[in-house]
Amino acid sequence: MNSIYQPSIHFQDIHLTIDGQTILNGITGSIPDGKITTFVGPSGAGKTTLLKMCNRLISPTSGEIQIYNKNAQDYNPVDLRREVGIALQSAPMIKGTVYDNLNLPRTLQNQQLSREDAISILQDVGLDETFLKKDALDLSGGQKQRVSIARTLVNRNKILLLDEITSALDRISVREVEELIQKINKKYHVTIIWITHNLEQAIHLGDYVWVLMDGQLIEAGESSILKSPKNERIKQFIEGVDA
Amino acid sequence: MSYTALAITLLFVLIPLILSKTLHLQLEKDTIIATIRSIVQLLIVGYILKFVFTSDGYLYTGLMIGLMVLAATLNARKKGSHIDGITWKLVVTFLTVEVITMSILIGLNVVPAIPQYMIPLSGMAIGNAMVLSILFLNRFSSEIEAYEDQIELILSLGGTPKQAIHRQLISSIKASMIPTIESQKTIGLVQLPGMMSGQIIAGADPIQAVQFQLLVLFMLLSTAALSSVILGFLSYPTLFNKQMQMIHEKFSGE
Repeated sequence: MNSIYQPSIHFQDIHLTIDGQTILNGITGSIPDGKITTFVGPSGAGKTTLLKMCNRLISPTSGEIQIYNKNAQDYNPVDLRREVGIALQSAPMIKGTVYDNLNLPRTLQNQQLSREDAISILQDVGLDETFLKKDALDLSGGQKQRVSIARTLVNRNKILLLDEITSALDRISVREVEELIQKINKKYHVTIIWITHNLEQAIHLGDYVWVLMDGQLIEAGESSILKSPKNERIKQFIEGVDA
Repeated sequence: MSYTALAITLLFVLIPLILSKTLHLQLEKDTIIATIRSIVQLLIVGYILKFVFTSDGYLYTGLMIGLMVLAATLNARKKGSHIDGITWKLVVTFLTVEVITMSILIGLNVVPAIPQYMIPLSGMAIGNAMVLSILFLNRFSSEIEAYEDQIELILSLGGTPKQAIHRQLISSIKASMIPTIESQKTIGLVQLPGMMSGQIIAGADPIQAVQFQLLVLFMLLSTAALSSVILGFLSYPTLFNKQMQMIHEKFSGE
C-alpha cells in the first residue's frame, strides 16, 4: 500500500500451504501505524490466517513479516503476543467470573489486575462494575465479545487484531462496539486490523482496506475504494454481499 | 482346586451367554473370546511363574517385568496415537513407576527381593499404571479437543504452552486419579479386594491378608499419581511446536 504513514506491520511475499492446499499466495503489503485497516473478502480468502500470522499464532511457509521493522521470527512469541493482541471471533471465556477473565493476561505474567483497573477497562468497553462478579459463561454473545476485547486490552497492546468481533451482535451492540474500537484507536493510538464481512462497516470505520480473495491480496487502499471498485472480482464480491 | 472343580466354574460363563442370547445383547462372541483368552493367558502365566520361581534367578524376573511393560505399552498406546513418541513416553512412565515402587518396597525391606513378591507386585503396579494411562489419555484427548479455543486464547494473550494447557492437563490428571481414590474410600465395606480374598481362601491369616492389601492399596495410589503426572508432563509439549503454536491436527481428535 502506498502510504505516507509509517508501517507497523509489513508482509513480504507471504505464502502458506497446508497439506498441498494453498491458503495464502504471495501477500505483500503494509499496515499503517495507528490506523484502522479492515480485511474484507469471501469466506476462505485467508483473512483469519493472515491475521493470526501478525502475532505468530500461525507462521507462513515462506515470506517475511516485519513488525515495527523487525522480523516477526526474531521476537519471542510470548513478548510479541503481549504487544500484538487479538480478539478471537468465538470470544472464548475461561471458567470463572468476568474479573477472572480480565485478570487472565496478568496471571500469565504472575501479576494481578487491580479492581480499579478492571473497572476502568470494563467501562472502556461499555460495561459497569457489577459485571466483575458475573459468571463469564453466562454472558450474552455481545457481552462476551466486549469482555473479550477488554481482556485483550489489559496487555495495553500496540497492535489490536479483531476477527469478526461484531458478526454475532445485534445492530445496537454493533454500533457500540464500533464506537468503542474507534475510541481505543484514537485514545491509545493503537493500530487496528479488523476482519469484517460488513462492507458498510469497512467503509465507515476503516481508514484503509485490504480485499483478499483465494489467498491473494486483490486490492489495498483507502476504504473509499470499496464505493467504486475498478477490479471486476471486487465488483462481483460487493454485489454478492449486497444481494 | 482340582481341574474338575475349575471346569464346573464354567457354569458362570454359561449364564451371561444365555442372557446375551435371550436378550439379543450380541455379546456371545466377545464372552467366548474373553473366556478362552483368560484361560489360555492365565495358564501360560501360571506355568511361566512356576518356572521362574523354581529357576531362582533375577534374569527371568527382569524378563517378566520387561514383558509386562511391553504388553502394557502396546495396549495403552492406541489411545495416544496423536501424541508423538507415545510408545517411549509410556515405557518411561511404566519403568519409572516400577523403579520407584520397587525401590521403596525392596529398598526399605517391606518385602523380600524374591520373584514371588516382585512379580505379582510389579504386575499390579504396571497394570494399574496402564489403566491410569488409558484413562488419562482418553480424558486428555477429549479435553484438548473441547477446549481448543481456550488453549489458543491463552497463547494469544502471551501465555506459554504450559500455561495454555494447564487447566486441561490438571483436569485430566485429576479425572484419571479419582476412580482409584474413590474405590479406596469404600474398600472392605462393599467388597473384599481380590488379592485379600485370594489369600484368605488360600488359608492365610486375615490380618496378614489385610496388611498386604493395604500395602497394595498404598502402592496403587502412588502409581496412579505417578503415571498420570509423568505421562501428562511428557505428552503436552508434543502438541505445540517450537514457535509456541498449536499443532492443530493434534487437537482435532483421533
